[in-house]
Amino acid sequence: MTAPTLTPESVPPAASERPPVRRRRRGGRDEEGRRVNWWLTALLAVCALTVLVPLYFTVVTALKTPDQLGGSGFGLPTSIHLQNFADAWNLTNFPRALMNTALITVGAVLLTLATNAMVAYAIARNMHRRLFKGIFFYLVSAIFVPFPIIMLPVVKQTSLLGLDNQAGLILLYTVFGLSTNTLFFTAFIRSIPVELEEAALLDGASTWTVFTKIVFPLLSPMLATVGILTCVWAWNDFLLPLVVLSDPAAQTLPLANYVFQGQFNTNYTAAFASYLMAMAPLLLVYLFAQRWVISGVMRGSIK
Amino acid sequence: MTTSSTAPARAPRATNPRAAARRRPGTSRVSRTFYWMVLPAVLLFFVLHTIPVLNGIFFSMTNYAGYGEWDFTWFANYVNLFKDDQVLNAYAFTFGFALVSTILVNVISLAIALGLNSRIKFKTGLRGIFFIPNILSILVIGYVFNYLFSNSLPEIASGLGIDALSTSILANPDLAWVGIVILAVWQAAAFNIIIYLAGLQTIPGELYEAASLDGASVWRTFRSITFPLIGPFFTINMVLSLKNFLQVFDHIMALTAGGPGTSTQSVSLLIYRGGFQGGEYAYQTANAVIFLVVIVLISVFQLRVLQRREASF
Repeated sequence: MTAPTLTPESVPPAASERPPVRRRRRGGRDEEGRRVNWWLTALLAVCALTVLVPLYFTVVTALKTPDQLGGSGFGLPTSIHLQNFADAWNLTNFPRALMNTALITVGAVLLTLATNAMVAYAIARNMHRRLFKGIFFYLVSAIFVPFPIIMLPVVKQTSLLGLDNQAGLILLYTVFGLSTNTLFFTAFIRSIPVELEEAALLDGASTWTVFTKIVFPLLSPMLATVGILTCVWAWNDFLLPLVVLSDPAAQTLPLANYVFQGQFNTNYTAAFASYLMAMAPLLLVYLFAQRWVISGVMRGSIK
Repeated sequence: MTTSSTAPARAPRATNPRAAARRRPGTSRVSRTFYWMVLPAVLLFFVLHTIPVLNGIFFSMTNYAGYGEWDFTWFANYVNLFKDDQVLNAYAFTFGFALVSTILVNVISLAIALGLNSRIKFKTGLRGIFFIPNILSILVIGYVFNYLFSNSLPEIASGLGIDALSTSILANPDLAWVGIVILAVWQAAAFNIIIYLAGLQTIPGELYEAASLDGASVWRTFRSITFPLIGPFFTINMVLSLKNFLQVFDHIMALTAGGPGTSTQSVSLLIYRGGFQGGEYAYQTANAVIFLVVIVLISVFQLRVLQRREASF
């Protein structure tokens, strides 16, 4: 961090978590600033093209007129054709699908953060009691249950309970995420020393106050990780909305593209405009919060 | 969710002395609030997750079509599953696909993560790019790949004079799975790279300095330091990749819809189709139960083997 040659962009997200000893010892030959392996950089840049080329392709195709299609399709459009977006907007009923997706994603993230951390806290602080230990293993063992197993019965059950709608999906994402999130949160909570909580309890704070005022704020790195993963999952999920939602008005973005693809599979340019519009919101958010997202996911994996 | 509205128990209650004795001083009393914190969520989990599992196991022993009357047929569904070519083909395809994709994704992700962890320029930017596929919907990006495979690739291939690729690989029963593997690896590598990067950053730099002082080669350093030390991350990635790829669904819906014929029909797709559209509710639930057993056995086996390997270093 102290090396003057360092630009802010070259500091890796996890740099602050590294022991400072290492950086000091490396001194003059900093791996970030000097002795750059240009050959490897070039190789990785070429690999990165495999990610960027399909995205480039999506953008240029969405801007073409149908008669500009053909060939390999990688050429730039001769004129910008924005009509595709208007067509896709109407054909997929984009505003409605976007609203549904946003509602479900925001609801799932908020409910997940509010409840899953709480469950994990109660479990982590009572692991020595048989009941809580049992609940922990009960929840975590569900990680191994693949979704196709419960797919058929859960559809019957949600329609029986009147949950075959957006609210039902929010509940399902919250509940299905509980297994992994409990694992993440309990590991994190156990690394937090209990002394702070004990002091608050001695001062007369209730368990609930201790959780909301002390523990919950301390969990923020893990909350960010779980929030990001839940957001990406709920936004992009296809199978669960496909089987659970009964009302076409409740369609999410992937579902709208699925239905649209089936009905208008020759209208390629409008289709690509529609794909681009479905990808854009999360891509834009990612563009601005990139470093934060990656360090959040990395933190989740280290636990 | 509902807990926030319930009044928190103000006075922490004394618990049974046996439990209290084992606790650390100062935390010897357990508040009733803890029960209220877990109760609603665990109840919901039971209703929306466990009951469907039990329900599925129950109906797998009937001849229920998804509607109307039903009778117990006990294990007839299970016996028939093993004689059903469509089911056996779906399992063969799913396992072949999952195995190839798991190996490819782990090799590629580890290689890229190693690159991203070394002395390169534009580190953050490159990391940012490699993570993009993870935030895209598989179905939607799958449609883009579908166009690339069926229109652009044949065009490029015939331009280069490669006859084998001049028709869409997705329309070829022998090659369609390759397209699905490419999409799956492209999308899953993003997450695996990040996990491996996180693992690589836990390795202290001193170890590499010591190795280079001893004159160890790059390959030797990787084999003796890097790989053993990221063992737990390798285990997690292998187990999760295989488990996720065995459930492949979105990729297939976007690329081939199970075709041509039924050459790319995965187990998930078969359960979905037979269960919802084919009136095979009970039969496909039995299939799902077998699938559950298979996945649990494989995951446990994988964890054991990989953990033993970790320990042997």
